[in-house]
Amino acid sequence: MEVGLEHYLGLSAMLFGIGLWIALAKRNAIIILMGIEIMLSAVNLMFLAFSRFGRSETPIAGHIFVIFILTVAAAEASVALALAVTVYRNRGTVDIDRIDLLKS
Amino acid sequence: MDRDLGVALGFWGLGALAVVAAFGIILTQNLLHAVLLLILSFVAMAGLYLTLSADFVAVAQVLIYAGAVGVLIIFAIMLTPTSSRINADTVFFGPGLILGGLVAVVMGYVAFKTPWDTVEGGGFDSTVAAIGDGLTNRWALPFEIASVLLIAAMIGAIVLVRADVPGQVLHPEGGVADEPAMEIAEPRVEGDRALVTSGRTDA
Repeated sequence: MEVGLEHYLGLSAMLFGIGLWIALAKRNAIIILMGIEIMLSAVNLMFLAFSRFGRSETPIAGHIFVIFILTVAAAEASVALALAVTVYRNRGTVDIDRIDLLKS
Repeated sequence: MDRDLGVALGFWGLGALAVVAAFGIILTQNLLHAVLLLILSFVAMAGLYLTLSADFVAVAQVLIYAGAVGVLIIFAIMLTPTSSRINADTVFFGPGLILGGLVAVVMGYVAFKTPWDTVEGGGFDSTVAAIGDGLTNRWALPFEIASVLLIAAMIGAIVLVRADVPGQVLHPEGGVADEPAMEIAEPRVEGDRALVTSGRTDA
């Protein structure tokens, strides 16, 4: 069976949906971050699939873009986890349903 | 022919592994199991990148995502103990499933129905030289900006999780026993000195 561009795009869409579900459904801030990372990885897969199968003068641009996404994702993960640890120190929890200082 | 068969086997096997591991994050009740499943999913995705002949990005994925980010998340879970080890759901469990499913179905439908302008027999021999050339010539400025972004994020993370704020006087005993290490020595020395001098003036 020939594996083409549409198969990779379909798999990427499925992983993106799962990541979105994790980010929406979970209560722990760290798990939400994990869902976002899965979404970013799905987008990376889509970039690489287009870079491999798409018609372009500089197909390597997809790879460069993925490397920048990796960089930004690493920075985002470090800052977000530092925020989670700080919130835990101040509030004693990382449950997003109980971090409601602005609510009342 | 043989190469196509290998790519197809790799795609279906690794794709199924990545999707099942991602589903496991939803289903498991233990946070540490969720992190291990996430790392498994990332490694499977690195294999998928390899089937797209993206060797450098696959190695970077294993190093950065499966390695660094995975360890970082494990550290964060260890630093937020008790009361948060349970992988509970919010009220958006059902709506999130519907929304994520709709996104996946719509994007998959578009992916399969669109007549993409693809090339036959694409792919690269080795991407490392081309990526290095691109990063140092055409995309040199974004590359430098990314390095600035990284150091800003690193400094921000250190400042956020640091136990003590400089200049803040701690307990006279220097007791920060509740804090998990990483205390800075200088403020405590100042506090002790302040205590000693005040004691002398009192005497």
